Amino acid sequence: MNLRRLATSLIAPAIGLGVSLAATAVILISIGANVTVIFSSMWNYGTSPRAMTLMLNLATVYFLSALAVSIGFKMNLFNIGVNGQYILGSLAAAVVASNLQLPKAISITVTILTAMFVGAAWAGIAAWLKVARGVSEVISTIMLNFIAVGIISYLIVRTSIGTETSVNIRGTKFIPESGMLRGNAFIDPDTKVYGFLIISIFVGVGYWFLLNRTRFGFDLRATGKSASAARTSGVQSTRMIVTTMLLSGAVAGLVGLPYLLGQTGSYNLQFPTEWGFIGIAIALLGRNNPVGIAIGAIFVAFLDVSSGQLVLEGVPREISTIMQGLIVIVVVISYEVVRRNQVKSEQRSVARALAKQEVSA
Amino acid sequence: MSENSVAVELQGIWKRFPGVIANSDINLKVASGTVHAIVGENGAGKSTLMKILYGMQKADEGIISINGKALVFNSPSDAIAAGIGMVHQHFMLADNFTVLENIILGSEPKSGGKLDFAKARKLISDIAAENGLAVNSDVLVSELGVGDRQRIEILKVLYRGAHILILDEPTAVLVPHEVEELFNTLRDLKKQGFTVIFISHKLDEVLSIADEITVIRQGTTVGSVNPHTENVSARVLAEMMVGSELPTPQSVGNTIQDQVVLTVENLGVIAAGGKAIVDGVSFKIRAGEILGIAGVEGNGQAEILNALMGIESATGKVMFQDEDISKKSTRYRRDLGIGFIPEDRQRQALLLGAPLWENRMLGHQTKAPNAKGFWLNPRGAKADTKRIVAEYDVRTPSIDVNASALSGGNQQKLIVGREMSGDPKLLIAAHPTRGVDVGAQAAIWDHIRNARQAGLAVLLISADLDELIGLSDSIKVLLRGKFVADADPATVTPQELGTAMTGAGRAA
Repeated sequence: MNLRRLATSLIAPAIGLGVSLAATAVILISIGANVTVIFSSMWNYGTSPRAMTLMLNLATVYFLSALAVSIGFKMNLFNIGVNGQYILGSLAAAVVASNLQLPKAISITVTILTAMFVGAAWAGIAAWLKVARGVSEVISTIMLNFIAVGIISYLIVRTSIGTETSVNIRGTKFIPESGMLRGNAFIDPDTKVYGFLIISIFVGVGYWFLLNRTRFGFDLRATGKSASAARTSGVQSTRMIVTTMLLSGAVAGLVGLPYLLGQTGSYNLQFPTEWGFIGIAIALLGRNNPVGIAIGAIFVAFLDVSSGQLVLEGVPREISTIMQGLIVIVVVISYEVVRRNQVKSEQRSVARALAKQEVSA
Repeated sequence: MSENSVAVELQGIWKRFPGVIANSDINLKVASGTVHAIVGENGAGKSTLMKILYGMQKADEGIISINGKALVFNSPSDAIAAGIGMVHQHFMLADNFTVLENIILGSEPKSGGKLDFAKARKLISDIAAENGLAVNSDVLVSELGVGDRQRIEILKVLYRGAHILILDEPTAVLVPHEVEELFNTLRDLKKQGFTVIFISHKLDEVLSIADEITVIRQGTTVGSVNPHTENVSARVLAEMMVGSELPTPQSVGNTIQDQVVLTVENLGVIAAGGKAIVDGVSFKIRAGEILGIAGVEGNGQAEILNALMGIESATGKVMFQDEDISKKSTRYRRDLGIGFIPEDRQRQALLLGAPLWENRMLGHQTKAPNAKGFWLNPRGAKADTKRIVAEYDVRTPSIDVNASALSGGNQQKLIVGREMSGDPKLLIAAHPTRGVDVGAQAAIWDHIRNARQAGLAVLLISADLDELIGLSDSIKVLLRGKFVADADPATVTPQELGTAMTGAGRAA
C-alpha cells in the first residue's frame, strides 16, 4: 500500500510535466520556432555549472517561500502575504545586520531572528483580523502586501534608513562582511552557492518534524482535514489560526535572506518583491511535502534560469512563464484525479480483503 | 386512472456510496391514488431511495417506471416533469418572501416578460380550494408556524403539477394536532386521485394513514404489508424493520456508586435566532450509572452533548466530580477523562482522509499511548490501534488504510473503541451502535456494561429505544430542550417511551 502511495504521488507530477511540455511544444510550433533546438538549448545551458548554481540559489528562495505558504495550506489558511512578510523581514534584517559588529554565528542568528520576528508580526496582523473581526486572511494578507511595499518605499526614500548605495539607487547601509553568508563556489568557480541553502534544509527538516511528530502538528493537520472533528477533539481553532499564521509569517520572513546575505548585503528598492506568489505555485506542486516542495522549487528555478536561452533563440521568455503555469494547473488536476482513484481503489481493496477473511473464517 | 394502476414502480434499484451500499435490490410498487408508506430505521436507506426517485441522485442499477413508463431522471426537473413532487423534511422556503412568492419561485407565470401575479394568485387559490389547503398567500413565510410552512411546501409541489407526492418524514417537526391536520390533507389529496409516498419511522402514524406499507432494512426492501389486515401491528413492523431477532440489551444488576461524576445545573443553549434549544436542563450521573436521554431527534440532544464537551457555548453549570468545568476548554475536559461519541461521526469524530492510527489519536492526542509530552508517538498509537481493531472487531485489512475506506459500522466500532480507551471516568455517547451490525452491537453493549461495572458514568442518547431501555439505569425524556418526564427502564415499554417523547402523555 505504501509503495502504491509513493507511485501515485509520482504519477501526478509526471503527467503534469509531460502534458505541459507537450503544450509548450505546441505553442512553440505555433509561433514558428524549432522545438528541439529550443528545448536542447535550454537543457544545455540549464545544466552548465553556472546555471546550476544560479538555479540552486533561486531554488533556496523558492523553497522557503513555498514552505511558508504550505504551513498555512495544511490547515486551509491561505497566506497570500508572503511577499509583504518577507520584504519587511528582509528590510528589518538588513537594518539590524548592518549595525552589528559581532562574530559571524551570533550576527547571523540575530539577523535570522529579526527577519522571522518581523515576518511573523506582519502575518500576525492578518491573524488578529481573522480571529477578532472575521476578515478573510486572503483579503487581509494581499492588502498587507501593498502596505508593506509602501512602508518600505517611505522608509528608504524619506528616512535615514536609506542611503545612496550606488548611483541613483537608495537602500540600507551595507552589511559588514562578518554578517554575510556568502556561501561557497563549489559547482562553478565564479559563482557561489548561497550559504543559506544549508539553513533552508534545516528549516525543511524542522517543518517535517513539527507537522508529523509533534502534537501541535497533529492539531494543525487535523484542523486542515476536518475543522469540525478537530474542534471536537479539543483543538481551539482561534489559537490554531493565530499560531499557524505566526509560524507561516516567521518562515516567510526568511525568504529574502539567502539573497540579502549571499548577494546584495543591502536592501534596496530593486529587491525582488514577488517571490511569495511563486511559493504558492510550488507549494501546490510539492503537495505541502518538504521533499516535493524541494523538487518543485528546483524545477521552477531551472525553468527561470534557463529561460534566458529562449531570448537568444528568438523566442519570448514568457514562454517559460506559460509553461510554469501549465504545469501547476495540470499537476493540481492530476493530483485530484489520482487521489479520487486512490480512495476508490482503497475502498475496493478493503472490501476484497474482508471478503477473503470471511471466506477463510 | 383506475384504482389498480401502478403510479410508481421501482425494480432492482442499487446505489453504492464509497464504503457503503445505501440501496441494494430495492423493489417497490405504489398503486396510484393511495398513501404508500415506506418505513425503516435511521440509515436503512429510505432517504437515498427517495433522492433517486426525485432525480437528486442517480441509481447505479435498476429501473424507475412512472405510470408504466420507464424513465431516467438526471435531475429533479426531470422528476418534476414526470409529475413527481417532493416535500422535504427541512423546508426549502425563503423566509423573507410571501407565501405566494415562495410557491411560484422558480416557475413563475409570465405575461409579456412580466411576472403575472394575478394569474399566480388565481392558480394557487384554485389549487388550495380543491384540496382544502387554506393559506393566506400574502403573509411572509417568516411569520408562519411549522404546520403552515408544510402546507406551503405541499402547495408548491401541487402548483408544479405533481400527481405523485413524496413526503420525507413529514411528521418529525409537527405537534400532534398538526399531524392530524396533515393526515386530513393527505386523505383529501388521495380522494382527488393523488398518490402519496410517505416516509417515516413512526409506526403508529404509518398504521393510521397508509394503505400499504413497505419496509426497508439495511438498504433493501424486505416486504410490503397491508395495514388494514388484522395481524399487522407496530410490533410486526418493528420486527420487519430490525430483522426477526430484535436484539435487546439485558441490563444486569445495579452498579451505581455514591460518587457523583457529572452534575449539570440549569444548562441552556441559545440558537442563532435567539430561541432556546436547550432550556434549563439539570441532572446528575454517579459512577457506575448510565443515564439515558430519550427524545425525537432535534429536540436538543446534540446541543446538550456539545455544551457538555465545551464545543458549544452554554449557560448554567457543569461540574465534573467536584470541579466546575463550565468555562473550561474541550481539551481540558477530555483530559479529565471524558470520552465522547458524537452524533455525527463523520463530521465530528473522524479524519476521513487520515489512516486509522491517526484517527486513534484524534481527541486523545495529548495522552499516552499517542503522545509523549510535546512529541507524538506514532508507534504507540499504531500498537493501540491494533488492539482496538482486535477487541472491537473493526473489519479492516490494515491500520494504514484511511478511515474513509471503512464502512459506517466499522468506523463506529473504531470510535467506540477509541473513546473507551484510557479508562475514561465519564462517557458521553450518542447512538453508540448506530449502523453497527447485530453481533458487534452486542459486543459494544458488553464493553459499556463492563466499564460501568468498573465505575464508568455514562450519558447515553439513542434513537434505539430498546437500547436505551436495556442499558440505562434511569431515563429522562427530552422534548423541545426540556426534560418533560422520567421513566424507569425496568418497567417502561418502548411504546410508552415513544408516546412520552412526542409529548402526548407521561411515561410510567
